[in-house]
Amino acid sequence: MSLLAGLTASCQVLAPVRKGDSLVFEQILTGDVIHLSECNTQKSVKEVFFPQRERLFVYRGQETREPSFSDKERIVFGVRPCDARSICLLDLVFDGDDFKDPYYCSKRDNTTVISIGCSQPMRTCFCTDTGGDPFSLEGTDVLLIDMGETYCVQPVTKRGEAFLHEKPGFEEADPGQLQRKEKIIKKARETIGSDLNLERIKKELDRDFDNPFWDTLHERCLGCGVCTFLCPTCHCFDILDEGDSKQGERIRIWDSCMFPLFTQHASGANPRPSGKERMRQRVLHKFKYFVDNHDRVACTGCGRCTRACPVNLDIREVLADIQNPE
Amino acid sequence: MKNPYLPAPAKIERVVTETEDRNIKSFDLSFVDKAEAEEFRFVPGQFAEISISGKGEAPFGIASSPTEKGFLKFSVNKAGVVTRALHNLEEGEIVGIRGPLGNCYPIETFENKNVVIVSGGFAFTTLRSLTRYMLHEENRARFQDITVIYGARTPGLLLYKDELDAWKERDDLDLHVTIDSAAEGWKGKVGFVPTITKEVAPSSEDAFALVCGPPIMIKFTIPILQELGFLSERIILSLEMRMKCGIGMCGRCNIGSQYVCKDGPVFNLAQLSELPGEY
Repeated sequence: MSLLAGLTASCQVLAPVRKGDSLVFEQILTGDVIHLSECNTQKSVKEVFFPQRERLFVYRGQETREPSFSDKERIVFGVRPCDARSICLLDLVFDGDDFKDPYYCSKRDNTTVISIGCSQPMRTCFCTDTGGDPFSLEGTDVLLIDMGETYCVQPVTKRGEAFLHEKPGFEEADPGQLQRKEKIIKKARETIGSDLNLERIKKELDRDFDNPFWDTLHERCLGCGVCTFLCPTCHCFDILDEGDSKQGERIRIWDSCMFPLFTQHASGANPRPSGKERMRQRVLHKFKYFVDNHDRVACTGCGRCTRACPVNLDIREVLADIQNPE
Repeated sequence: MKNPYLPAPAKIERVVTETEDRNIKSFDLSFVDKAEAEEFRFVPGQFAEISISGKGEAPFGIASSPTEKGFLKFSVNKAGVVTRALHNLEEGEIVGIRGPLGNCYPIETFENKNVVIVSGGFAFTTLRSLTRYMLHEENRARFQDITVIYGARTPGLLLYKDELDAWKERDDLDLHVTIDSAAEGWKGKVGFVPTITKEVAPSSEDAFALVCGPPIMIKFTIPILQELGFLSERIILSLEMRMKCGIGMCGRCNIGSQYVCKDGPVFNLAQLSELPGEY
């Protein structure tokens, strides 16, 4: 793609590449094959800002040395609009009013997000139910729309404008192309959507923490945590030391509220002792607690949790059951 | 941007084995860097993460008072990886401190009021900080009557025994120390903390109650305080949860929408009754 020509030499470019059976965001070099038009990446874009394993500092005895925060410009390319929106949700956690996470914030500051609209949403997609859209502009600097033989390029932020400003070879879209673009957008929107109503779901969740619904929902769940790892908005992590008392590093790694040890005290007491409490926590965190704290649901409708679940738990069905109590 | 994950080195100045089962030790720590010491300004009720390289971090309530200068006291129960490692360290060795973290006791609202402190076992730490703070000569006049009811299973499991003895001599503190069942040589009260609270029956008029202890003690103490007329807004508790980051990001210490590390650990009973009982 000529938009990226020469960029891989001057800055770090991350884009969906095939790794084994999966599409993931990784740094690309000139000549690498990137995958834009297939399905969304298996691992979400959160890894670009909040890696699965990240060094907080190295230590030698009790002396600590924090890593140097790179200010090298990065471009993450080919992000789906659901994932671009998820970055805004992660901002609320890691770039909050009370505390700033320097590891996250430095990566965020350096990175231009270029997203690609979803012309062909998947069966598991439900972004429009969560306030999103297959062509949402939220969280992106430049939106691309695949028009077949060409791309419609739309700058969204100043940063996006600046990025495009340096690139030659753009033409103003003609009325025919714009019409075709609207058709693509309309067609994509028509394929997504259900009867989920997040306000009603929130009301139900507010009303009844001890709803008997939770008693049985978790029974199918294996507690594998794949939903949380692949979720673009799940942000839980563990902090641990790798090394001995003399030298090593303190790292953080993704963790999951679906794991029993997540909340277990050293005494053995556990406020969320069974799958019931843990499943309830995951759903309530996304659709109630996050809304209480930030006025937004912590879900972008990307559908990864549903696609990856080994026992076919579909979050849309769970939400529908909450919305329509018997 | 100050990196909130970086611990500051601190030297173990003093180690005291508090309990006869040797499971609880108090550590007085002082910052190696004087600027860090200056920057670390806390209020009773707050906590900090203590870090041991190779073992990790764990959160502990600060047991010393801001009026005690030059060190921070932590009383640590030996339970997990970090606490075991800490118990094996000696005076002069270096650990890391990250903090202060969390909210604090609402001390301003106690001014010109009576304060009743009810505590059991090794949960006395941050209430020791508060008591010590209020008793300080510069602060004592800001508060009316101070009552402390503190209990442990046996005399040997009481924390801060020398200090309790000194407090007994004071006429500006109403102190009741109790043990669960009679023991040879014990001259204080005998009975569970809730029972003794009922017996002492502190007035709820113009008063706040602060309760820290094992869950079973809290469960039976709260109805007694309510019978005495303490409103939920004036019954104050401090919660413990498993924590990692301490700054509301790692996601494990929430109760409902509240993060114990950043919105707590101090909540009043009215606030807690709005939250799910997952603690």
